[in-house]
Amino acid sequence: MPDDDLDLKTLDDDALVAQMHDDLYDGLAPEIVEGTEILLERGWGPDRVLNDALVEGMRIVGIDFRDGILFVPEVLLAANAMKGGMGILRPLLAETGAERVGTVVIGTVKGDIHDIGKNLVGMMLEGAGFEVIDLGINNPVEAYLEALEEHKPDILGMSALLTTTMPYMKVVIQALEEKGIRDDQIVLVGGAPLNEEFGKAVGADAYCRDAAVAAETAQALVLARRAAAAPAS
Amino acid sequence: MQPLPQLLDDEGTFEAERPEVLVLACGAIAREVLAVIELNGWTHVTVRCLPGKLHSTPSKIAPAVDAKLEELADRYERVFVAYADCGTAGALDEVLERHGVQRLAGAHCYGFFAGNETWQAMHDDEPATFYLTDFLARHFDSLVVKSLKLDVHPELKPMIFGNYKRLVYLAQTDDPDLAERARKAADYLGVAFEQRRTGYGELLPSLQRFVDG
Repeated sequence: MPDDDLDLKTLDDDALVAQMHDDLYDGLAPEIVEGTEILLERGWGPDRVLNDALVEGMRIVGIDFRDGILFVPEVLLAANAMKGGMGILRPLLAETGAERVGTVVIGTVKGDIHDIGKNLVGMMLEGAGFEVIDLGINNPVEAYLEALEEHKPDILGMSALLTTTMPYMKVVIQALEEKGIRDDQIVLVGGAPLNEEFGKAVGADAYCRDAAVAAETAQALVLARRAAAAPAS
Repeated sequence: MQPLPQLLDDEGTFEAERPEVLVLACGAIAREVLAVIELNGWTHVTVRCLPGKLHSTPSKIAPAVDAKLEELADRYERVFVAYADCGTAGALDEVLERHGVQRLAGAHCYGFFAGNETWQAMHDDEPATFYLTDFLARHFDSLVVKSLKLDVHPELKPMIFGNYKRLVYLAQTDDPDLAERARKAADYLGVAFEQRRTGYGELLPSLQRFVDG
């Protein structure tokens, strides 16, 4: 039986989740929506559907993108499919009132209007349990400062695609230092032309090479920060 | 000089009559480099080109240039690399420093054609600008539409290009066909169209300085 005739309802949970990973990989939004609905009907919690089916599926997509097996169009199609599932899960997650892992302010830096990577990071962070405040594109330092003041996030994430705009991350971090608020939040940076060395040079806490790594790094650093701040027992 | 094909997928060699110096160029500017050589009547400058499609994958440029410089080591008296930084974020400069070779100044081909300061001002004025050169206008369909699979997945277009507001065609030549292609590209992206005649810009004096030694 060809895949497009596959009745998702006939699959047991494990097979359905595996099929959803394949469907995410293939960017099949209607199938992801259907699979999400089936798992919810079977009594799965929205957080479990999100983590086991969607986030894990996107993690696999991310690995194959990094390894040069998938390219930008395929990743975008996968993200689009995940967005379909997220559209169903988001209100349910809000209803359950699950505690957020933390808050992230993200935005593309001034002079840069590229947001594919940033949007993927936002989606994966949301999947990892963060509240994400997305400042969009072309953000001057003032926009970051205002958002930090308003939202008091755990993490500031900055993105750039252009080699001519990525140095602006240093401008933002210097502004935080000058105001004495650099250590109030973790700073993560990412974007195609960046690397770990650049992240260190601009004074970021970490460079994240892709969206999955960004989500893992965000979780790890927030937990480490909280552990360090907790009183010794 | 007969019009030459620009090198999208393949490498190319244009051997001089009496090869003494080498210009290792991006295939995306092969036509312009050869035009400058002909303009100056240089008969001792060999041009080797790497595939122009590397323009879309900057991370592959520095390794490709490195390999080619290794391959051609000691064959020429002097070598010049006709690339800008081209999105390599300094990786190309590390390679060139190791080989003791200079390159075109600036961040992108848009910069050395338009003039680096002019281009930066243009970009600061409107960051949401998509740039085309003659090469990119000629190959927009294959380098942009097909390589991003927009021909089969048009729904991706707003995700990839939704933030752009204008397309500026930096024209090296007066070619009505290319101008029309550039205008159609702007229409395809749904953005305003501008055309600026740049000629060879800073490519011309840069190559002259290299060849004059």
